[in-house]
Amino acid sequence: MTLRNMAAELNLTVVQDGYDDRTVERVYTSDMLSDVMAHAGEADVLVTIQAHKNTVAVASLSDIAAIIVCNDREIPDDMTAAAAGEGIAIFVTGMNQYQVSGELFTRLR
Amino acid sequence: MNTLGPVPIDTDDSASLVVELIYRLKVRDVMTREIVTCTPDHSIRHAQELMREHGISGVPVVRSRRLVGIISMDDVIRALDGNYIDEALVERMTRNVIVLEDDMPLGFAISYLEKHRFGRFPVIDAAKHLVGILTSRDIIIALLVEINREVTRLERNQPTNEITEEGFRLEYATRSFDFETAGRLSTETKRRLTEAGVQRAETRRVAVATYELEMNQVVHSQGGRVTVVFDSASGLVTISAVDTGPGITDVDAALTEGFSTANDWIRSLGFGAGMGLPNTRRVSDSFEIESSASGTAVRVTIKTGGKGDAS
Repeated sequence: MTLRNMAAELNLTVVQDGYDDRTVERVYTSDMLSDVMAHAGEADVLVTIQAHKNTVAVASLSDIAAIIVCNDREIPDDMTAAAAGEGIAIFVTGMNQYQVSGELFTRLR
Repeated sequence: MNTLGPVPIDTDDSASLVVELIYRLKVRDVMTREIVTCTPDHSIRHAQELMREHGISGVPVVRSRRLVGIISMDDVIRALDGNYIDEALVERMTRNVIVLEDDMPLGFAISYLEKHRFGRFPVIDAAKHLVGILTSRDIIIALLVEINREVTRLERNQPTNEITEEGFRLEYATRSFDFETAGRLSTETKRRLTEAGVQRAETRRVAVATYELEMNQVVHSQGGRVTVVFDSASGLVTISAVDTGPGITDVDAALTEGFSTANDWIRSLGFGAGMGLPNTRRVSDSFEIESSASGTAVRVTIKTGGKGDAS
């Protein structure tokens, strides 16, 4: 499943679409950015509610290709701009972290 | 302590520097501590004399250090009008006083001034004792002083970078609670190491250590500097982070995963998981830390395969 397929299947809203459509193999779910740094490893997608610029910084440093922001949190413009600069996709969904993780877990198993 | 209108700053649309300031500063940092007070049995006339003498427009009424009311210039004028200026304050003072607590963030006080349109707010401590009084003038002065200090720091905060064939040296300053520019050094470091052909996993280790050290200074210190030196021949990366205090009380605890002294606001941003230093140590080949009240210094080395080792 690629990022684009994932967005379509889970009906995610695309906020930042200037990204390489890479294959999703690993997903990490966390709201603590230090925890993401420590454990996300080679994850392709980060599932979180942290909708701010620092999430993009952490994603970039951890080689994460896409961020899914849950609970329909609003994405600040500077976050979108930072993600565009780094080529990181941002998606938003009304689902919570548990639901998104479950959907992805089922598909990637 | 003369009064101006409400402070024309709000927490939604102001520059992030100002928002950080009004969150970081507490009411106790800004309030006037020398308070002129009356007791309930003083006359309104006495309060009026105090106002004239000290050039103020309101006087808190206090009984055994506790605030029981407040009397304002308006009350005095009404007393003159109604011919009861010699009555005791206890009869006429305003009893439902809106107060601030000394540990509230300044942003709170600003929204109170906006909401209630009073010229002054008495400030009480946890024991409910009157400890100060806050006017919009106090706030404006404190903000000017702080903004001046921050602008001076920003002007000095020019990155000093040297990039040569043999490697690079990058240095950035950090500022307390400045999440806006934090992470620049790690982003820049990652880019340069990638360009130099260092392996992705090794670059990520360096990026993690650099980012955590930057964030530690932003979250916990009064600011400092983080330096990354890369020697392409040996592949050695040395990161040093030196801040100006207040120091780590218990270094062993700070190195324990999950231990954090960060406040709720920091946690709501996703920091303060108590993993900063443990993460840094985990990705490092050597890790040294020294901390005292005058500052904390962390020195980390990470061995990479060096230039052109990308595979």
